[in-house]
Amino acid sequence: MLKQMEGSQAVAEAIALCRPEVICAYPISPQTHIVEGLGEMVKSGALPNCEFINVESEFAAMSVAIGSSAAGARSYTATASQGLLFMVEAVYNASGLGLPIVMTVANRAIGAPINIWNDHSDSLSQRDSGWMQLFAETNQEAVDLHIQAFKLAEELSMPIMVCMDGFILTHAFERVDIPSQEQVDAYLPPFEPRQVLDPAEPISIGAMVGPEAFMEVRYLAHAKQLQALELIPKLADEFKQQFGRDSGGLIRTYRIEDAETVIIAMGSVLGTIKDVVDDMREQGHKIGVLGIISFRPFPLEQVRAALINCKRFLVLEKSLAVGLGGIVATNVRMAVSGTGLKGFTAVAGLGGRAIPKASLQKLFVQAEKEELEPVSFVDLDWDAVNKQLERERQTRRSGPIAENMLHDKGMSTAAKFG
Amino acid sequence: MSFQPVKFYQTGTYTVGNRLLAPDERSVQAGEMRSNSISSGHRACQGCGEALGARYAIDAAMAESKGQLIAANATGCLEVFSTPYPESSWQVPWIHSLFGNAPAVATGIAAAMKVKGRHDVRVVAQGGDGGTTDIGFGCLSGMFERNDDVLYICYDNEAYMNTGVQRSSATPPAARTATTMSVGPEPGNVFGQGKNVPEIAMAHGIPYVATATVADLRDLEYKVRKAMNIRGARYIQLFVPCPLGWGTASHDTIRMARLAKETGMFPVFEAEYGEVTGVLKIRNKVAVEEYLKPQKRFAHLFGKNAHPETVARMQAIADRNIRKYGLLEEEAN
Repeated sequence: MLKQMEGSQAVAEAIALCRPEVICAYPISPQTHIVEGLGEMVKSGALPNCEFINVESEFAAMSVAIGSSAAGARSYTATASQGLLFMVEAVYNASGLGLPIVMTVANRAIGAPINIWNDHSDSLSQRDSGWMQLFAETNQEAVDLHIQAFKLAEELSMPIMVCMDGFILTHAFERVDIPSQEQVDAYLPPFEPRQVLDPAEPISIGAMVGPEAFMEVRYLAHAKQLQALELIPKLADEFKQQFGRDSGGLIRTYRIEDAETVIIAMGSVLGTIKDVVDDMREQGHKIGVLGIISFRPFPLEQVRAALINCKRFLVLEKSLAVGLGGIVATNVRMAVSGTGLKGFTAVAGLGGRAIPKASLQKLFVQAEKEELEPVSFVDLDWDAVNKQLERERQTRRSGPIAENMLHDKGMSTAAKFG
Repeated sequence: MSFQPVKFYQTGTYTVGNRLLAPDERSVQAGEMRSNSISSGHRACQGCGEALGARYAIDAAMAESKGQLIAANATGCLEVFSTPYPESSWQVPWIHSLFGNAPAVATGIAAAMKVKGRHDVRVVAQGGDGGTTDIGFGCLSGMFERNDDVLYICYDNEAYMNTGVQRSSATPPAARTATTMSVGPEPGNVFGQGKNVPEIAMAHGIPYVATATVADLRDLEYKVRKAMNIRGARYIQLFVPCPLGWGTASHDTIRMARLAKETGMFPVFEAEYGEVTGVLKIRNKVAVEEYLKPQKRFAHLFGKNAHPETVARMQAIADRNIRKYGLLEEEAN
């Protein structure tokens, strides 16, 4: 049914349609509206046969989900940013134990400095945790990916994060097609666990494993992700048959056929990028887009195949591998290794910095001309950065960087508008 | 309490022998009805108080739940010595996740059982004192305040034994550990620190809190059975001497546990909804010296560079416990 609604509410309704049995809730912006929506559904009785647990931390949220999933209950939680980092030990544990927990990550920057707005630093920090990670471009896709996520996780007995841009998607009101319960039931069978805590058949889960078998256990986590590379497109096909919509898959391309320059990105920024590409296409630029939906597993072959005919690519990412450059870009470069393709990395939108069309158009033209540095920073205020670097050269006690930045930026804004 | 009126004690130990009890009150160490939830073949040290305590606690919980029991375990000695694959000693469905999350994992299991309508299946969580009073404390408090249907058993051996005997917030003052060394003018753990988790548990107002020692296995069984007949969050702190960490003889585990109780160093009591409802009285009060002397972790308090003033402070702690919990029999009785 078509509805005009907030992204978080849409995801809450999608989760409810998946018949979760245990939901662990801990507030952190910008995911909070999702668990609030679910909590109301459980309390009112609209979502029956579900335990909604207000836990005391994200570490507990994931731990409760570990317990409930191991006991055979379909388990869900949502988090972001500091919350995800606070639960990291349990995040790795959930995948190590092979528990198919589904978690929404409302992507948000990681402090310090504390910042509640969107970038991809949080879930990308968990790229080696053994969790699958799917990135939604729109709220419709966020809804659809959650439904696919339960099926994918339970088929492989591995956990999955569905990532959606904090605020940009979670708090945006737009048209969303919420499927019917019958449709979801037809697509998603009840949870049939591969391992379960059952007094009738006692097993030990989570025992110590020494050097004699640890590598094999870790490899099997990798093998599961390789299986996911096959399964994700299959589940997207089945989804289309059931719901009549293209949603999910490993990657999605846009106007890429004869493109000489390909822009690569994840999440909601793909919408802005496509608008810019449309404008540039009208001006005669041979430019296209490669959206990565599945960041883990990373679809090396599909990315390589999508790029093989272009001349250069630019990875626009909302994350920064401090001391290296790009996180997504590093993965993409592995996909095209040996091709000799020219690649650039542009870091943009950190901490919710707006990514306007004008900045993108300028960036893409520079990429076309191969005039970019290997790693560039979109709309970075170099004056403020250089001023701070100079301050540190001049003064031993140069003070807190964040405060200096705010002060300097405030001054420059005041000068601009004064 | 279960057997307060009994006045016949064995000579020397002042314990109550099975033969003095009615048959249905006797502790049965082996028998067809025993579930042997943690079976032989585990790798605990000789004289391990925790292995003994876990065997009695979990078997009692199994008996009371008619075999419908799931256990969550924190990282620690109990987890390590019982389960290197493929040699699990557990005959109950058992999960180990992390050091600090056993209460939350148990909450999740209990939630799953509730949603599946398996009201017959009960959940226990267990951990050492480090996993309970320190790193797992946040999750423990959360489980308490939500009154989740979990029995949490803390096997208290007063330090991080699995990692090599480091101080925890359950380590007593003056005790030597690898991080409270027996050097300097005030050797061992400092006074005035640490936390009393049974009392903190009581402050949550949960239905049942109890302490017990492996010197009184029948009392332990009684408390576990009682706890299993209550719904909601329940907490038992079980005193389990550690020969390795304490520097005591393997054959002295029971004696050390008994002395901890008989000196007043470890008050044995039970409480319902935050109110103390029963204490195990001291049968034969002994000075704390008797308890401290056999333990190498307190060796620096005695001998050539003795610290009698420290022993006196320890005695004061025991005396305060005796007053606070009323651990001595009234003369008039």
